Amino acid sequence: MLRFIARRLLETIPVLFIIVTATFFMVRFVPGGPFDSEKATTPEIRANLEAYYGLNLPLHQQYTNYLKAVVLDGDLGRSTKYASRTVNEIIADKLPASLQLGGLSLLIALVLGLSAGVLAAVKRNTKIDYLASSFAMTGICIPTFVLGPILVLVFAIHLGWFSASGWYSWQDRILPSLTLGIVYAAGIARLTRGGMLEVLNLDYIRTARAKGASESRIIFKHALRGGLLPVVSYLGPAIAGILTGSFVIETIFQIPGLGREFVNSAFNRDYTLVLGTVILYAVLIIALNLIVDVVQVWLNPKLKFE
Amino acid sequence: MYSVSSVGKNSVIPSLFIRPFRLRLSCLFVCFVGTLLVFAPTGCLQRETAVERGNRDQTLHRGMGPEVADLDPHLATTANDYTVLSALFEGLVGEHPETLAPVPGVATRWELSADNLTYTFHLRPDAKWSNGDPVTSRDFLASWQRVLTPSLAADNAYLLYIVQNAEAFHKGDLADFSQVGVSAPDAHTVRITLEHPASYFLSLLQHWVWWPVHLATLEKHGSPYTRGNRWARPDTFVGNGPFILKDWRTGQHIDVVKSPTYWDAATVRLNAIRFHPIEDLNAEERAFRSGQLHLTEALPVAKVDAYRSSSPGLLRIDPYLGTYYYTFNTNRPFINEPKVRRALALAVDRTGIAEKILRGGQTPAHAFTPPGTAGYSPVAYLPTDFDEARRLLAEAGYPDGKGAPILEILLNTSDNHRIIAEAIQATWRKEIGLEIRLLNMEGKSVLAARRSGDFQILRSSWIGDYNDPSTFLHVWTADSGNNHSGWSRPDYDQLLFQAARTDNTEARHALFQQAEALLVADAPFIPLYTYTHVFLKHPSVQGWHPNLLDHHPYKHVWLE
Repeated sequence: MLRFIARRLLETIPVLFIIVTATFFMVRFVPGGPFDSEKATTPEIRANLEAYYGLNLPLHQQYTNYLKAVVLDGDLGRSTKYASRTVNEIIADKLPASLQLGGLSLLIALVLGLSAGVLAAVKRNTKIDYLASSFAMTGICIPTFVLGPILVLVFAIHLGWFSASGWYSWQDRILPSLTLGIVYAAGIARLTRGGMLEVLNLDYIRTARAKGASESRIIFKHALRGGLLPVVSYLGPAIAGILTGSFVIETIFQIPGLGREFVNSAFNRDYTLVLGTVILYAVLIIALNLIVDVVQVWLNPKLKFE
Repeated sequence: MYSVSSVGKNSVIPSLFIRPFRLRLSCLFVCFVGTLLVFAPTGCLQRETAVERGNRDQTLHRGMGPEVADLDPHLATTANDYTVLSALFEGLVGEHPETLAPVPGVATRWELSADNLTYTFHLRPDAKWSNGDPVTSRDFLASWQRVLTPSLAADNAYLLYIVQNAEAFHKGDLADFSQVGVSAPDAHTVRITLEHPASYFLSLLQHWVWWPVHLATLEKHGSPYTRGNRWARPDTFVGNGPFILKDWRTGQHIDVVKSPTYWDAATVRLNAIRFHPIEDLNAEERAFRSGQLHLTEALPVAKVDAYRSSSPGLLRIDPYLGTYYYTFNTNRPFINEPKVRRALALAVDRTGIAEKILRGGQTPAHAFTPPGTAGYSPVAYLPTDFDEARRLLAEAGYPDGKGAPILEILLNTSDNHRIIAEAIQATWRKEIGLEIRLLNMEGKSVLAARRSGDFQILRSSWIGDYNDPSTFLHVWTADSGNNHSGWSRPDYDQLLFQAARTDNTEARHALFQQAEALLVADAPFIPLYTYTHVFLKHPSVQGWHPNLLDHHPYKHVWLE
């Protein structure tokens, strides 16, 4: 297993290199630059700005300078939008909120999704199943930008239980995490139901029943492990989606997270910030996929670390 | 063999064993819902809102639009930077909260020389920085030198070009700052010599780029003459305004508290202001409704009517110094003909756009400068006249639009821009037989297309930098960086040149009116509407007067 992980980690180096290179050149070829603004800057000011950020150098030199700084010093550069902030600083500042939001949403997604899915599978074709399945279907259909404002309307404006926006107290975490969590809970519920149904029909479950195992033991010990496989493979991309897709939630609830910076940096043509966030997300996604792979092997005896 | 599917449901064992299982699941479920329902009320059921708390302790909660990029007044570029900076700094002159007329700021009084070129400001001896140091004339000089130093690349440095030799120094043609027209005869006197008389100079001084910074503080945190200096952070910040920076959590809030060292602290009634950077207008409106904000930065167009009918007391529609217009690229065939441009400009239903589409009190624009800018109103008037438009088009050789190419309107992505463009598209098709395509692009792409002249008709807007017609009319001079039309006229430039050197207000306005008449006659643009500032204001906010620049000196604001 260690060899597997080591090999996978080695593989990430070329992957990251390709991602950085592609992003570096892609953002440069997008029309417009960091210093284009509604009110035009004079050519002198523009030239000074470009000199300060090293954007006056030939592109290949900018590229090698950037790579050197990132690899040797871990320095992601200076933001062009925030004159006195470095990209490292912005990420350190904003990532915690995004991770918290993502973590809580994931927790909610798993708790809600798994319980609804298992319940639906075990109580197949009963009212409970229909209820859980319609919850899943609704969750999939309602986008976060609709669900979020509805929750705010009900719980913040009418009931006054929570703040409509902000990220100060633990109460402020509830509505955003719920909004983001429910969407993924829906997906997880459907997959769990499907996975469980398939597994519940297998011979080894019947064997378990035959030997007199309790129903809860059958479900949690025997069936769940196999039934979760599709969920686990879904979790890799889902976690990536939760992390990068928090832009909408962060905007609706005014959360100081990285998702907003990620999207806005592209609009602002803040080259270094785009690259910094892309690198970070790439690393996160690669790491999460690796974890998912390990968990899958652990859950499914048919798979091996190859 | 019985069917596999029946195993789960009909097997003999379940009834015995399903109970604990059901218990566990229900436990999970109850726990979850319980968490929600139990936790929520314990901590926060119908709590005192931020606004109520703020009213009690004089803390203003203001929505401020997107996050500010920096709190260095020399590097700030946008109007929402002003929102915060005006609490933290003070320039030589201040603004009257209602009329924006210059009132004493750091300077108690000032004189203008007989040739109208030299201003002498006398600074108050009791003006202090937030660290206790006195604010002296040297602080101002050092600050302006900083702004004009090329390596700082301050976006607004051009606003100082009115000072003698400032442009030469900023462009590197002059190395000796002592030759720039600013001097400090003593610690409390500042003398500014202008390139030419400018009756709007005091109004210009209210722009944040003229405000002083405490250079000694900047030096402690790096070079004051390059970007990336980290002095403008809560622990290291030094300002001279009525408030000082207490806390800045990016993306969350900026807290400022009343400054004990401010010379006029007795007038300041607010104890603190919390600025909330909320980009999304809908989110901001929800925050206002749930009692988190006293003031919003703006209000979504779709919600204006609802507020107008249900709670008009909260809705504020103030005038605003800005014009929304379309720019013609006069280097392109067809629209390089003045007759065609004028025909297009005549064939727009401005009133319909303002009253039926925008519905936020905007007024139809018939020229470029908003009427009432520092007492000036354009006499040139571009009406809506479809007959005349058809006639002009026929005269230009395109009767009923026949033979005309398909035109393209370039706009940056926004619902409002799109609706307006669609209305114009429909009108032009119906009234003058022209086919129009709408080209929607993301903001920076539009700016890039604008820079390279890669457009036919471009959605544009201009917000005045200061309260004077010159900030509008100078957009269209040949050497203006903001004139993207390719249109220019020496006689227009000459009139503005003359106006800048005319001291008598009436004569000056007459020159502006002549210039604007030339501009409107040639129509390198289509004026559409004059902006308003539509926002929500809690009734407890006092001293918040409507004015063209949306400036509200915080020392005159209080909560009641």
